[in-house]
Amino acid sequence: MVIFLQNLVNALQWGSFYALIALGYSMVYSILMLFNFAHGDIFMVGAYIGFGVSVGLIGLAHSGLLPMPHWLILVLTILVSMFLTSFVGMIVERVGYRPLRNAPRASAAITGLMIGIILETGNLILLGARRVSFPSLIETATYDVGGVILTNKKIMIVGVSLLLSLALHQFVRRTKWGMAMRAMAFDSVVVPLMGVPLNTMAALTFAIGSALAAAAGILFGVAYPVLDPYMGIVFGWKAFVAAILGGRGSILGATLAGFLLGFTEIFVAMVFPSTLRDLIAYSIILLILTFRPHGFFGEPYSARLRL
Amino acid sequence: MRKGLLPGIFVLAVVMSFAPSGPLQAAQTIKIGINAPLTGDIPKVGEGTKFAAQMWLEDVKKAGGITVGKRKIPVELVLEDNESKAESAVKVATKMITEDDVLVMIGPQASKQAVPAGGIANNYKTPMISPWSTNPDTTKDRPYVFRACFLDPFQGPVLANFITSEFKFTKAAVLYDVASDYPKGLAEFFKQAWEKLHGKGSVVAYESFTTKDTDFSSQLTKIINSGAQVLFTPQYYNEVALIVQQAHQLGWKKPIVGSDSWGSAELVNLCGKDCYGDFFSTHYAAAGAKGATKAFIDRYKAKYGYVPDDVAALTWDSMNLAQTAIRNTGGLTGDLKKDRENVRNALARIKKFKGITGEMTFSGTGDPSKCAVIVKISDKGEFTFFKSVCP
Repeated sequence: MVIFLQNLVNALQWGSFYALIALGYSMVYSILMLFNFAHGDIFMVGAYIGFGVSVGLIGLAHSGLLPMPHWLILVLTILVSMFLTSFVGMIVERVGYRPLRNAPRASAAITGLMIGIILETGNLILLGARRVSFPSLIETATYDVGGVILTNKKIMIVGVSLLLSLALHQFVRRTKWGMAMRAMAFDSVVVPLMGVPLNTMAALTFAIGSALAAAAGILFGVAYPVLDPYMGIVFGWKAFVAAILGGRGSILGATLAGFLLGFTEIFVAMVFPSTLRDLIAYSIILLILTFRPHGFFGEPYSARLRL
Repeated sequence: MRKGLLPGIFVLAVVMSFAPSGPLQAAQTIKIGINAPLTGDIPKVGEGTKFAAQMWLEDVKKAGGITVGKRKIPVELVLEDNESKAESAVKVATKMITEDDVLVMIGPQASKQAVPAGGIANNYKTPMISPWSTNPDTTKDRPYVFRACFLDPFQGPVLANFITSEFKFTKAAVLYDVASDYPKGLAEFFKQAWEKLHGKGSVVAYESFTTKDTDFSSQLTKIINSGAQVLFTPQYYNEVALIVQQAHQLGWKKPIVGSDSWGSAELVNLCGKDCYGDFFSTHYAAAGAKGATKAFIDRYKAKYGYVPDDVAALTWDSMNLAQTAIRNTGGLTGDLKKDRENVRNALARIKKFKGITGEMTFSGTGDPSKCAVIVKISDKGEFTFFKSVCP
């Protein structure tokens, strides 16, 4: 039982990253009907930006110019990096996707892959192949709750990712921009004719998705403080799976599916030999998709006018 | 025609003047080849090789050469760059052996170059000593190729013995990357050795992951709940940092032990305080060294400004191995072919050679039986000598 609960905690942390990254995939897909395959690498860029910002803030705090506690540095790092990374997302959209708005879907997919490679290798040239150690912003405190080991970092990671998902959900449900997004997701041909600016909406979507990826990147750096330029690739793939599993454009679905993916991976490794983890975990996901091809909250495409 | 005549005669005269010296006087100098990666991927390795060899040459020069039999024979180094490439290492080896007439070749260092260059040395029946190559293929079925370090399959038993004798533990857990040759091999060797010592089932958790994984919480939860007393993880330093930190965050308070892949200055940068107090096996430890090892380190540091790494120390030992072998031949005949053969035989018979990286004994093959050094990561993050473990 203790092992089960411990793995539940492990899975919640691991699923948080998938959930946050999957949200970006899902949003872009619902508005523009394309998968931004560079999204995993935007996660990586976000982590590196977070690294730069936190190192800068720590330097500033220690030099005595602007003394502040480390938890404040962490909060500021998350906010500033989300802000900066959202511009990376908008640039990617402007340079990579906007010129291809009317091109075949395959062109956009290839562009995404290429932008991903450019981000990876650009980072490699900029910072070298050396692994970067994400600064430890908060001291790890471990709590033993009836044999289950919790850390303050784990609680924070799960909390922040749930909070961000919830905030996004509220944004889409309650604001004018959110309504425009939902409308666009419903029909991206007619809605622009009603005066909703397509390009602004696309940029906004990319900005929000990238900001969430940056938050994931920093939380990742807090939990796994070794960054390398290729860290986003596998995450990108798996979060993509989560986005599909959650259903097109569903915020709730993407979050849920992200956590589900985390659970599957962790619990498969708990029961089966860990070597078989991904094989079994993704076979299960495949099975789910066979029965629910549109994910948990997705609607069949045939209900819509365009494919 | 006339113009070419005079120099031609001169050259002829020079050649003639050397020609009658014959086999008996040919051993006027001993040439030792250094096949090192001075440029390319690992220039730092090449630099350490060069510096260690030059320090050795200084000593020999001061002594007036190597004493062979009753004579002192001066030594000359033939230093060539293999650009850290396999094909260049082969070219350099061929040139040294066929044109420069080296008696012994030291290097190449990395297995990538040492394996192909070893083939050349063996074909030309020239003794070669690779200071640093741990791949079994370097010396396998090659009577003329030697090394100054231990082999990959050796570390597993060494660590199993160390943990058993030091902590008296009987239950171990292993966590390794199933998609990478080095950790996978080492994990298997460790498991075999451990089960030989403590019986079947004494490796209570044998968990794996794949390269690029960053979350090991599931595997570590299993390990922690398996009742293991020690965790062995033969990973590279970047993964070690993650594994050790996550283990501690999940409540693991017992020792974690690794292999020579831990031995990078980067380890402590990435891992921080979490790695303090853990152990790994390697070739030599600079901090806390004693005797001849300390003398070498101090001298190297004073001369070149930094603490020598394991490559420099192993190169130093290789040079001295060559010197010992040449001395043990009892006298050089001057016939290069015969001398190379004699040096090879002498090398294969070296017993209890006191190197700065430990004592080495060769018993007919190119692989020494030598002790590994167990390093403890100190509370200051230094790699300090803890003890040496012998096979």
